[in-house]
Amino acid sequence: MSAPSSRLLPPASGLHAPEPGNAALRCENLHRYLGVGDGRTHVLRGVAFTAERGRVYAVVGPSGCGKSTLLYQLGLLDRPDDGQIWINGGLMSGADDGLRTAARARHVGFVFQFHFLLLEFTALENVMLPMRKLGRLTPATMAARARALLAAVGLGDKAGRLAAHLSGGEQQRVAVARALANEPAAILADEPTGNLDAKNSEIVFDLLTSLARQNGQSVVLVTHNPELAARCDVTRTMRDGQFIG
Amino acid sequence: MPPNLRIALRFLTTRKRSMLMSLAGIVFGVGFFIVTQAQTSGFEDFFIRTILGTNGALRVEYRILPSAGPGLEAAPAGGHLSSDGDIQEPGRVTAAVRQFGNVAGVSVILQAGVNLVGNVFASPARVYGVNLDDHLGVTDLARQILRGDLEDYRRTPNGALLGSVLAAWLRLDVGETFTVETRGQTRRYRVCAIYETGIRDIDKERIYLHLDEARSLLQRPGAASYLQIALHDPGRAREDAAQIQSVIRYMVSSWQQREKTWLEVFRALRFSSALTVSAIIIVAGLGMFNTLAMLVLEKTKEIAILRSMGYTRRDIAGIFLWQGALVFVVGAALGSLLGAAATWGVSHLPIRIRGVFSTDSFVVTWSPWHYAAAIGTAAFVVLLASYFPARRAARLEPGDIVRGTAQ
Repeated sequence: MSAPSSRLLPPASGLHAPEPGNAALRCENLHRYLGVGDGRTHVLRGVAFTAERGRVYAVVGPSGCGKSTLLYQLGLLDRPDDGQIWINGGLMSGADDGLRTAARARHVGFVFQFHFLLLEFTALENVMLPMRKLGRLTPATMAARARALLAAVGLGDKAGRLAAHLSGGEQQRVAVARALANEPAAILADEPTGNLDAKNSEIVFDLLTSLARQNGQSVVLVTHNPELAARCDVTRTMRDGQFIG
Repeated sequence: MPPNLRIALRFLTTRKRSMLMSLAGIVFGVGFFIVTQAQTSGFEDFFIRTILGTNGALRVEYRILPSAGPGLEAAPAGGHLSSDGDIQEPGRVTAAVRQFGNVAGVSVILQAGVNLVGNVFASPARVYGVNLDDHLGVTDLARQILRGDLEDYRRTPNGALLGSVLAAWLRLDVGETFTVETRGQTRRYRVCAIYETGIRDIDKERIYLHLDEARSLLQRPGAASYLQIALHDPGRAREDAAQIQSVIRYMVSSWQQREKTWLEVFRALRFSSALTVSAIIIVAGLGMFNTLAMLVLEKTKEIAILRSMGYTRRDIAGIFLWQGALVFVVGAALGSLLGAAATWGVSHLPIRIRGVFSTDSFVVTWSPWHYAAAIGTAAFVVLLASYFPARRAARLEPGDIVRGTAQ
């Protein structure tokens, strides 16, 4: 296995240049209800949050407090019932599905707890998927960038291996590389180490935070792990759909 | 390669067995559709060729009387049909008919019922008095000769051409003689040739004699029962019949009118076989619908992650429609090859058919329309089978999927 590299990746030609200090994500007065009828729950209660480039944020709190719901709202995977969301300065909360999807492609990278790789594809192909969709790079450049990202997460020698044939830790590192593929303004990670052992948790966390800091990207991390939260630049605590700290 | 097609190709491999089953259904459905259409159309076309080669494209008989009076039935153009079927002044009528551009030939025919006495048996029959050269111009009689020689018939004033069934019944062969009894006369004729049209009703009763000899035998000098007409384009027979009828004031019937019953039978057969075989394609389509619907359920996580990285609803629908399209393209191509091979094979299968036509092997028609119809049917079914799962996949909300999985 190649050692994960923390060297600064060259920016992908044609993608936006990061502007450190600017807000990559911002939300105001965010409300979200889930469920129907008697089971309807007010999950987010007027949440406000800002994530700046080059900084790593941890969102912590008990299960069911609304951490993941907030993350999906910020990543435009879900629609708010009220409130505003800005991504890279653009108001997205009321945008149509096409604009929200395009914003996800350009500005947001996701890392989920359960990797969510396409198992029929190789590690290299998985990392190239977001780039192919964005279509701003030539196939050769995409492949070169994907190889560089895989080398950066220590999987340079496993680029051609099917995702199904990688271990859980390796799959999560491929997911990190994939999230970085289009040089998004923000990387949203929902318990990215929740399914990994301690060693792999360290590796994945270090990769995610160091690569994002170097590239001036904002990382918002939902976690139950207090040690990881303590190593982030900012830790925000949620309870009952609101930030309490 | 477009990213959606690339993903569709990989997704296809995850349900390889059921996709192969669906593909096999499409291949066999398309193949069987083609071969059944080739057969039914083949027999229909052969029947039409036989009809045109024996009874011609048009028949002129029964004068249309200008006013009400004794007649057979109401004529389509008004007036009544003469109860006397004979053509008045057949030479003039023939000359008038020949003026029409699509007319390829006209044969004057005098027919009547007679009694035939052979070596052993006797049988009722119908004499057809024809001018040989004119009749060869409006029929396939030359190709229908089984035994004997038309030139011998041409040279022999008391020569006759006998249908194969009639000759067999009377135990008559080429060179032998028989007698014809009618209107108190008995005349002897020599069998110059035996023909077979394949239409049993013709082959069991029709004797061809020279027209002058028939007129003499039947004591009807200058008479003609009807005119038989060949057309350059038999497909225009209906229009030509109406046009000629309006000019010569004789009832003109097209082959489509005369053989309406049989043509309807063939059409019904062709339609029912297409319907039956389409069931195979529909069943394959149902299998494919099931496979794709299951695939959408299995791939919800993948759909969510693709949506999270910027793939649109249209992209997601496209991935599943591509899978249908891939199965369709391969199925249509292999099915067409199977259909062509089966059609070729069937055309070499021996089968003896006599009655409505004569053939010793399956008759097929090679038509691109059969392939187009089979492929069109498969395309419609596959499109439907992929459309609904694709629509369902496109409607999935990534947030719901991820939330559900995370729980």
